Amino acid sequence: MGTSGHRYKVVLGYGTCGIAAGATGVRDALEEAEKAGGYDMDFDIAGCMGYCFIEPVVEVFDSEGGSVIYGDMTAKKVAQLLDEHIKSGKVIEDWVVRKSDQPEAGEGDFLANQHRVVLRNCGKINPESIEEYIEIGGYEAAKKALATMSPDEVIEEVSAAGIRGRGGAGFPTGTKWGFARKSPGDIKYLICNADEGDPGAFMDRSVLEGDPHTVIEGMILAGYAIGARQGYIYCRAEYPLALKRLDIALEECHRRGFLGEGIFGSDWDFDIRIKKGAGAFVCGEETAMMASIEGKRGMPNPRPPFPANQGLWGKPTNINNVETLAAIPWIIANGGAEYAKTGTEKSKGTKVFCLAGKVRRSGLAEVPMGYTLRQVIFDVGGGVQAGKEFKAVQMGGPSGGCLPAALLDTLVDYDAIIATGAIMGSGGMIVADDRTCMVDLARYFLSFTQEESCGKCTPCRIGTKRMLEILERICEGRGEPDDIDKLDELAADIKAASLCALGGTAPNPVLTTLKYFRNEYEDHILNHKCTAGVCPALITLHIDPETCIGCGACVKVCPTEAITGEKKQPHVIDVEACIRCKMCLSRCPEDSIIAE
Amino acid sequence: MAQECSCDARFAETSDLGPLDDIIERYGREKGALIPLLQETQDAYGYLDEAVMRELARRAGYQLSQLYGVATFFAQFRLKPIGEYLIKVCHGTACHVAGATQITDEIANQLDIKEGDTTPDGRFTLESVMCLGACSLSPIMLVGEDTHGRLKPTGIKKILKQYAGDSGSSKEEE
Ligand SMILES: Cc1cc2nc3c(=O)[nH]c(=O)nc-3n(C[C@H](O)[C@H](O)[C@H](O)COP(=O)(O)O)c2cc1C
Ligand code: FES
Repeated sequence: MGTSGHRYKVVLGYGTCGIAAGATGVRDALEEAEKAGGYDMDFDIAGCMGYCFIEPVVEVFDSEGGSVIYGDMTAKKVAQLLDEHIKSGKVIEDWVVRKSDQPEAGEGDFLANQHRVVLRNCGKINPESIEEYIEIGGYEAAKKALATMSPDEVIEEVSAAGIRGRGGAGFPTGTKWGFARKSPGDIKYLICNADEGDPGAFMDRSVLEGDPHTVIEGMILAGYAIGARQGYIYCRAEYPLALKRLDIALEECHRRGFLGEGIFGSDWDFDIRIKKGAGAFVCGEETAMMASIEGKRGMPNPRPPFPANQGLWGKPTNINNVETLAAIPWIIANGGAEYAKTGTEKSKGTKVFCLAGKVRRSGLAEVPMGYTLRQVIFDVGGGVQAGKEFKAVQMGGPSGGCLPAALLDTLVDYDAIIATGAIMGSGGMIVADDRTCMVDLARYFLSFTQEESCGKCTPCRIGTKRMLEILERICEGRGEPDDIDKLDELAADIKAASLCALGGTAPNPVLTTLKYFRNEYEDHILNHKCTAGVCPALITLHIDPETCIGCGACVKVCPTEAITGEKKQPHVIDVEACIRCKMCLSRCPEDSIIAE
Repeated sequence: MAQECSCDARFAETSDLGPLDDIIERYGREKGALIPLLQETQDAYGYLDEAVMRELARRAGYQLSQLYGVATFFAQFRLKPIGEYLIKVCHGTACHVAGATQITDEIANQLDIKEGDTTPDGRFTLESVMCLGACSLSPIMLVGEDTHGRLKPTGIKKILKQYAGDSGSSKEEE
């Protein structure tokens, strides 16, 4: 990273999560200082560096290429940063997240244990500047391919890399491109799937916000390979910043002749348009997505015909996920064989996971295939938050499953994960602790899929509704002894008979929790207990007299006046009057209220 | 509601069909542009009003049922007006696990409305949304364009106050 002739370059992670944590104030303060002058520094923004657990994050580069990352920045702390680090060259040790000369110290192992290919530029370059992307070698792969490679050679390289689709199903990308290339027709389409509907996954957003040109370059390569002259990016409307940065990037590409007619001076035409989603999870499914681009209700269609033969407006179409496309420029630049050096026999390269939930270091974790889940969650993620115990990791969102501690040594590998009953999915990883109820989590996912079911096929529309009703009554303490068998039976039918993978995978969260956490279902149904303290009908709330300080905060919020006590004396909850709304729980400054 | 509120000039009056000219000019003839047509219309009016939809269908050459078919399929489209500030509480997985239900409950309680409703003064509308993609700051919500992360039920009142102006939507007790 150059410092543009200055002693330092200060880079602020400015993605959605950074902004939500207050990065705008930090940016304003740094911009003001830059304008005021007197500091030997250049200031720039970048996308998310992945340190979501300690946002806002600032990285200070020196002219020798070394860097220090500071976390938990605020506008107030900027003055001290400028005074001590920029003026006096003194590192503020207390704030350090990572130092390039001690990359593994402190929180540094979060990054040290990663292997970044897809995220290679995220947090390093300004995503709103095509110049910065070009400076680090951007668009060289596209230029090289258009000038020196045939479309078939591009496909061969991608096949040699062994990369499989990162959108969830893991279909080999080179093979898919081969189908679309061979499919007869002059007009073909390429779609970048940026719908990212899995709640808990945010890697596609981070890539689009942090490095949009990589995705565009990947699309240029894919379009050239399959013979598509028109590309679409279908991006969900909930990602305004990604949409804005894509707009800027596309405009800059048009201006430079990287998109449009005769791109890069070749005789190949390729253009990209953005299609904004309208809030339907099922539109992440490829046939539903195409219906939606055509301006119809976003309902899936049976396959075959496959998109490669009859896709958008009946023309051959290829659909790839953002993360898949973002890896392509690297593969063309470095060679498929180089990419295939990382990973397992059948899962090559790297996968980006989004760590969230009760994990200590939430954020973006790109790891080689073949890591164990334990390595991802503990070595990169730093394990479970203080004082909590690992219970499960939910992978793959509503189509995925919950895996217990005993399966932490499962490899990050499509086939190894499928063998557990979960799926690799898009890469959301939600860590659950002993305060997470597995039955409630299964109910949550079913209510999601049931709501998002488009209603076209009966097994999904009605089957998920029946499963949800059963789960709801179990959570409400009205579970019946044969409910578990009913769930099993319904799950099998829905999986077998649904039109698309939404229904086909909807039972997975229930099946995996039944498989690995059956005792919790039994506790709910037979013993009327929710040991995690989550399901209101199955818990009692009481106050720990040892720790209660008698502040009365709980009394104020209790809607049924169930809490009584003298000031400064331990309070008590009248179990009969308590409606277990848990309002008091979050009010207690001492965590003295216990739900069991 | 929104269009009656004098403090709120963000949206066009539904009696003013002027904004449609520009929208149809841009998307009217494009193949498959029904969704952007509706998105732009909603951006202009804040919601999809029936009279506006009828006019849109007539001028852009769609059946009204086509418009409603699409508008009712996608979660983004609203057939009712919204308040000045749309509160979207994330109920994605990470936020659910981190207690999004309590956040929605607290807001509903503070504003004295149910999810999906608008306060009588037209100030706030409360909605649930799916993952906003900032899971590491869960639980999280949007108030208008502003993101608020790492929420606690205890902090809700203070946040709402920033937007309540002096009309006092949120309860003034305690
Ligand atoms: C209900 C449903 C939702 C999906 N959502 C997404 C999504 O949000 N993003 C995505 O890339 N793929 C999603 N997919 C997978 C796509 O259908 C498709 O397989 C993928 O985009 C292909 O790209 P890839 O080969 O690069 O993985 C979804 C599938 C289903 C059944
Ligand atoms: S689950 Fe709420 S932001 Fe992702």
